[in-house]
Amino acid sequence: MDAEVTLTVDGTEHRVRVDTRTSLLDALRERIGNTSPKKGCDHGQCGACTVLLDGDRALTCLALAVAHDGAEITTADGLAADGELHPVQQAFLDRDAFQCGYCTPGQVCSAVGVLEEVRRGWPSHASPDLTADPELSHDEVAERMSGNLCRCAAYVNIVPAVQQAGGAQA
Amino acid sequence: MTELLDPRAIGQALVRRDGEAKVRGTATYAAETPVAHPAYAHPVQATVARGRITAVDTSAAEALDGVLAVLTHENAERLASTEDREYAVLQSAEVAFRGQLVGVVLAETSEVARQAADAVVVTYAEQEHDSELTVDHPDLYAPEQVNAGHETDTAEGDVAAAMATAHATVERTYSTAMVHNNPLEPHATTALWDPAADVPLTVWDSTQGVHPDRAAVCEVFGLEQDQVRVVCPYVGGGFGSKGTPHANVMLAVLAARALPGRPVKLALTRQQMFFLAGYRTPTIQRMQLAADRTGRLQAIAIDVVEQTSRIKEFAEQTGAPTRMMYAAPNRRTTHRVAPLDVPVPSWFRAPGECPGMFGPEVALDELAEELGIDPVELRIRNEPDVDPETGKPWSSRNLVACLREGAQRFGWADRPPPGHRDGDWLVGTGVASSVYPTMRQATSDAAVRFEQGRYVVEIGAADLGTGAWTVLPQIAADALDVPVDDVEVRIGDTRYPVASVAGGSSGTNTWGSAITVAAREFRGKFGRSPAEGDEVTGSVDQATKDEDHAAYAFGAQFAEVRVHADTGELRVPRLHGVFAAGRIVNPRTARSQLIGGMTMGLSMALHENSVWDPRIGQVANHDLAEYHVTVNADVGDVQAHWLDEHDPFVNAMGSKGIGEIGITGTAAAVVNAVHRATGIRVRDLPVTLDKVLAGLP
Repeated sequence: MDAEVTLTVDGTEHRVRVDTRTSLLDALRERIGNTSPKKGCDHGQCGACTVLLDGDRALTCLALAVAHDGAEITTADGLAADGELHPVQQAFLDRDAFQCGYCTPGQVCSAVGVLEEVRRGWPSHASPDLTADPELSHDEVAERMSGNLCRCAAYVNIVPAVQQAGGAQA
Repeated sequence: MTELLDPRAIGQALVRRDGEAKVRGTATYAAETPVAHPAYAHPVQATVARGRITAVDTSAAEALDGVLAVLTHENAERLASTEDREYAVLQSAEVAFRGQLVGVVLAETSEVARQAADAVVVTYAEQEHDSELTVDHPDLYAPEQVNAGHETDTAEGDVAAAMATAHATVERTYSTAMVHNNPLEPHATTALWDPAADVPLTVWDSTQGVHPDRAAVCEVFGLEQDQVRVVCPYVGGGFGSKGTPHANVMLAVLAARALPGRPVKLALTRQQMFFLAGYRTPTIQRMQLAADRTGRLQAIAIDVVEQTSRIKEFAEQTGAPTRMMYAAPNRRTTHRVAPLDVPVPSWFRAPGECPGMFGPEVALDELAEELGIDPVELRIRNEPDVDPETGKPWSSRNLVACLREGAQRFGWADRPPPGHRDGDWLVGTGVASSVYPTMRQATSDAAVRFEQGRYVVEIGAADLGTGAWTVLPQIAADALDVPVDDVEVRIGDTRYPVASVAGGSSGTNTWGSAITVAAREFRGKFGRSPAEGDEVTGSVDQATKDEDHAAYAFGAQFAEVRVHADTGELRVPRLHGVFAAGRIVNPRTARSQLIGGMTMGLSMALHENSVWDPRIGQVANHDLAEYHVTVNADVGDVQAHWLDEHDPFVNAMGSKGIGEIGITGTAAAVVNAVHRATGIRVRDLPVTLDKVLAGLP
């Protein structure tokens, strides 16, 4: 069964016909042609498909497109929409926080989401004090970024990249 | 001796040229190739571990709206060559392992393709299968050779006699788990068969080598090289699993040929990769060490048992590093493999050296403990003057320097005593050596052309995240004696001159040699003021090749492990490596490769385990939720350092290759540290808490 949904992706509105089984990820990749979010597992296990969905980081492989009619989506490509890299992207370049690049757009979107979550004061499993404002310590960043697998294992570069983008001393 | 390039661009920590495209996600991987109106393919897999297909009913699948074709062994084209039985997709009713390809559905959308694949009804006459590796499996045999052309068995002196008379001996059996490469980009292909075109077949494939990929496709489909183009600008990780094509590539091409003129996309699911994309065999390693009072080895032996599939032999050279690492007058290495009803094993980062530096490096730690000698010192005392395997001198060997430098950086001398407790945590440190052979492939050409004031270099090389897009221009710039910004390198396409696979840590050594030959010829022919369009092609086989030395990269890894005294939880807060790998072309990308290898070694030590269910013949934990790989929070302070090593024998860059050495030895260092912390010797990887819990003090 098909359905029509409207998705605003990186600032552009798309009216697309999807199968009701179509994931948000496949809607982006196979219907709209935006392949910035990657498919690594299709089961919410790797994080490669992470985008900012209405402002928060989200796994698009676990979301059905029909359930997100009207959604506003920013992919890693959209973070650099004005041609200038987002500070997180620049930090990933500066720190060589990737190799093959396949998990990278998801890592970047996730990092942008993490910095916003920290700004809002959300604690994590690694927060020493659940009532205090979290700091961008190594353990905080590593914990919050652990839903994004990197098989090239750039983890020790990803943490300082996120800290750098967040303005922390790294 | 080789005339080394004068390093100007070489040695610079340049930012990746493909970096911006990767952080934006605009670098296109194989499944993402922008093609008009693609069809989507979804495989059908065997649901028995051994048997014969007796009936196929595709009617329900074909009745679905949007289904374009359903191919099985009953209607698929007959392949030109079925000699490689891994590649002989849909050619017979025989099923050799669970998950083998038995069909493929082509449809207008990926959702319909998947639904239709589920709707194909395959009936089997199931047969008894045997998929469990055991150390005394009745079908164990000695292969003619093991991977990379190594001898199956070697022997020198009398190991048994040395074991009987030595001051100290270690005789233990170690094992490494079955592990799956799991690059983050699933194996994927976009293929277009257009019989009317000049080049009828175009394959956008995720591969570690477009030219070897093309050669395999040509062989299987009976095509000439000029009828096939393979394109792969970016690879989302390979780690060996994309070094040789697997059956999915042949299925994608087969599907495309059934739908002339229309591009077909076939991306394996993560789950399918556990059946079809290669893996590292489990290994069983029986070690024997004999030493005198001072720790000098009198004998060293490893007897390896591992598995292969019944349809295609792959025998990992796990015993290879034991042949050359340490001096000892009496030596033996053997390999025996059991042919099982299992998927086809293949390359996984540092085949041979990775598992083969586990048993021996843990056994050395056990010997050091028995003798009361520091494990760093024990390794230094067994440093061989020449390569024990060939008798050749080393092109350069700086293992001892790595051990010493690493020990100093790590603070080895001040390490806590055995069983040291810090609050609820037991703390220990461990060391192991690393090694990887320095290789150069026989085939690779590079073209250098002067184009609009710049130098364009073309070679069908691959960048798996290794940095080839960035590193090859550095080499070309120095070989041409121009600023690196004046060089453009184009890779990843069979339209460019032939290139070898990105494997065996040989890419930079091989392609860089070809580029250097071409650049030097270019300068010799056209001088410093070339005209537009001036071009030469150079070949790696024109580069000086040294046959008189044994060439290896070496390293030492130091791990600090904390084991929770109550729960057995294992943490590795520090993992430091020092490597001697010749000249480092780009310190930025090199560091990433080395820490990546070490972290994957940590993953092997603590997490990775494809749990085999021998009752049904498959990996039980076949996804990334249950097949654990190291995540960000598992990683502490991982550092990679290197020594400035000048080696005039390896190649014009003086480089040895760094893609694989980082994963060798890591797991042994971790296991040795766990022992120091807890007194528990875990000999079977991975080290999970259940293996330490019962023995905790």
